[in-house]
Amino acid sequence: MSDNSAKSSAPKATRPRPLSPHLQVYRLPLAAITSITHRATGIALTGGAVVLVAWLYAAANDAAYFKWWQSALMSPVGLVCMAGWSLALFYHLCAGIRHLLWDAGVGLKKETVNTTNLLVIACALLLTGMAWFFALPKLPFTF
Amino acid sequence: MNTKSQSYRSDLGRVRGLGSAKDGTHHWWVMKISSFALIPLTLWFVISVLNLVGGDQVAIQQWLKHPLQAIMLLLFIGFSLHHSANGLQTVMEDYIHSPLYKTVLLVLNKLVHVVLAAVAAFSIITLALKN
Repeated sequence: MSDNSAKSSAPKATRPRPLSPHLQVYRLPLAAITSITHRATGIALTGGAVVLVAWLYAAANDAAYFKWWQSALMSPVGLVCMAGWSLALFYHLCAGIRHLLWDAGVGLKKETVNTTNLLVIACALLLTGMAWFFALPKLPFTF
Repeated sequence: MNTKSQSYRSDLGRVRGLGSAKDGTHHWWVMKISSFALIPLTLWFVISVLNLVGGDQVAIQQWLKHPLQAIMLLLFIGFSLHHSANGLQTVMEDYIHSPLYKTVLLVLNKLVHVVLAAVAAFSIITLALKN
């Protein structure tokens, strides 16, 4: 209150004011990376849901369209997509459970978050590995 | 603080309708419910898909012939699309700043998800009822 007078006597800006450091120059902490990854995997899973619905429609209504989907999903590009969607699904599941716990007030301490960051990533990778361990032998070709 | 003496509006009245979503806790609560339901449903879905790997169209029909399996798939797709519609809505509210584009995309988002839900429900029921 007492230094209100300093404001009025300040010189007018003659050059653009410096901006605070933004995303390009800021090394994101792991908690920020896991947070934006949760959002990104959510968007990716919407794409996966569209494929799932189209696949179900084909299975129910159109044998030729279903054959096309089966060969598309078993193509190299299809398998990469399936691998990505499975990892996205398990990551979103693990990070989502952590979000539910956070909203219940559990695990909000900085040290706890640093630990659960790694736990979420490890669980997502482990579940993805387990799923493909069971799926690969049943696929209609050998590696 | 002398803000109260300058306005007759209540604190609650002044904060309502602010933020990127212009809305309060309802959306958050709905997301909590769908995510909670999706934990067991997702695990069930993963196990079901792993059982189906390498199977054909007939295997899917056999799977969905059981009423419980068809109902679980309906629930999984329903909650997933609901969760997806609300999640994408938040992304649009946060990142799209033009009111015109934002409104158009928010409406399209809801419509596309409703269409997907209708197609999925019809297909699951068709598969479940195939002799």
